[in-house]
Amino acid sequence: MMKMKRKIGSQIMASILVNSIYAMINYPVVLINTLLAPLAILAVVTFASKGTLLPVAAVGALIMNMVSSGTSLQQDLSHLKNDMRLQDMIVSSPTSSFIYIIGMAISEIVYSIPTLAFLIILNIIFVKITFLGAFILFLDMATIFTFSISLGFFLSTFTSDIIQSWGFSGILSPLLTTIPPVYYPINYIPYPFRYLAYLSPTTYASEIAQSQTGYYALSASGFATAWLVLIAITAVLTYLALKRSRWREI
Amino acid sequence: MRIRAEELSKTYDRKHRALDSLSIDINMNGIFSVIGRNGAGKTTFVRIMSTELLPTSGRGYINEMDVVDQADAVRQDIAVVPQEARPLPWLTPLQTVSSYLMWRGYSYREANEKGKDALRELGLEGKENEKSRKLSGGQKRKLMAATVISSEAHIVFLDEPTTGLDYLSRKELWQLLSRMKKDRLIILTTHYLEEAEILGDQIMILDHGKLVDLGTIDNLRNKVKLPYVLKVNAENFKLEDDEVQIHPVSEKETFVYGSASKIYGLIPYLVTNKMKFTVEEASLSNIFEQYLGSGEDDENEEEDR
Repeated sequence: MMKMKRKIGSQIMASILVNSIYAMINYPVVLINTLLAPLAILAVVTFASKGTLLPVAAVGALIMNMVSSGTSLQQDLSHLKNDMRLQDMIVSSPTSSFIYIIGMAISEIVYSIPTLAFLIILNIIFVKITFLGAFILFLDMATIFTFSISLGFFLSTFTSDIIQSWGFSGILSPLLTTIPPVYYPINYIPYPFRYLAYLSPTTYASEIAQSQTGYYALSASGFATAWLVLIAITAVLTYLALKRSRWREI
Repeated sequence: MRIRAEELSKTYDRKHRALDSLSIDINMNGIFSVIGRNGAGKTTFVRIMSTELLPTSGRGYINEMDVVDQADAVRQDIAVVPQEARPLPWLTPLQTVSSYLMWRGYSYREANEKGKDALRELGLEGKENEKSRKLSGGQKRKLMAATVISSEAHIVFLDEPTTGLDYLSRKELWQLLSRMKKDRLIILTTHYLEEAEILGDQIMILDHGKLVDLGTIDNLRNKVKLPYVLKVNAENFKLEDDEVQIHPVSEKETFVYGSASKIYGLIPYLVTNKMKFTVEEASLSNIFEQYLGSGEDDENEEEDR
């Protein structure tokens, strides 16, 4: 048997196929699942505000979608690791943990393409934003996505069964998307609760996003601080995912 | 293919020693069977050598590459099916095999071609596009084995691949492994001693994390005190002799374990008394019992490690 040249593209594609494309082809019902969660809160906020918060909520739904990718990834990987023992097979294969994360992260994006498409159309229609603002929004989404994927992967490697994984998701979801001002401006939160909101990185992502859509006035220093905190938290989580996750058991 | 362990040890939670200074050196192609009671250290051995688990101390080598320091290089050469691995229910058998091959670096096209070949080899032709959840237990196990065997890995670890399968399904898997062992080393852990005996070109016996013995079935048989079995079909057969072991199987059948001279010395008595009997070499089960006794599993073990 000849040594074969490893193809990283194939390794990434395998994760995408297994975790999203094959799942969507073989069980189309999962598409509805991914679409419902962000849209449900979007609808509630829009109805409750009589439409005035629709643009904010539309951007918020994008942030929630990015964060949900991480919590979904955490559950998916935990299931594949603990119930199917797939991670053990991957650990002992030429695929590295980094390539596995990349593939699985993209798979979560692929999984939420229908939702993303809908939300992007909604944002184009209802959110007034400059070209530069759209670019900043894109960077904002990419950063919060990196944060959530890193967190999801890191936690998944420590779970020993799916019940524990559900526990993590149950904690992360409200802490990162429901309680922080993702669907409404942060000045809707009274003090001292606003300080608590600043414990969540999604608050900074929301501030950045809302400042670009004109729903929240952020000073230059506030804007820089928000980016600094968001990037710092993301860098720490990415480091933990790559260097401190339990890819190989101890 | 070579696997080597030097004083390999693993302690869980700082108290449970699952593997205890294991030292072996195997250089072969074929099937290397690992047997032992629950908690003997079989799975721990497999997990360390397949780079899934870090040892507490000692060294493990795959083709002279360190499983800790050179894990990335080792992983190019090995593949593993863990004890409780199952095909993902939302994938078809073809998707299962091909995606694993893609994780090993094959292109989509190559992986699909090899996947189809593997499924044909398995007798799963026609089921390649059904969902895996519809396969029988035996077919699922065969699919998992085929997943790694269809790869280019030279050393394949199969941790109890036949547990829970009926005899015919196990036989089908044995045939597959026998065909696939020619140019690779398959490390097979099993609780079925018959399976280890039939398939194993070399057999390793572990107990409480320690190496009990290692060799071919003939090597192991030659080392035990009672390498022959006399099977007597007679009602209430009685014999008093300190140099043999007597195991009544039922009222009508008794097994007598002993040395060749002792067993053949009993034959005139059996013939004179017109008793039916057969003489056989000790099976691996007999040998295993002689090494470890016929006691129960370690009650302190919560899982097979």
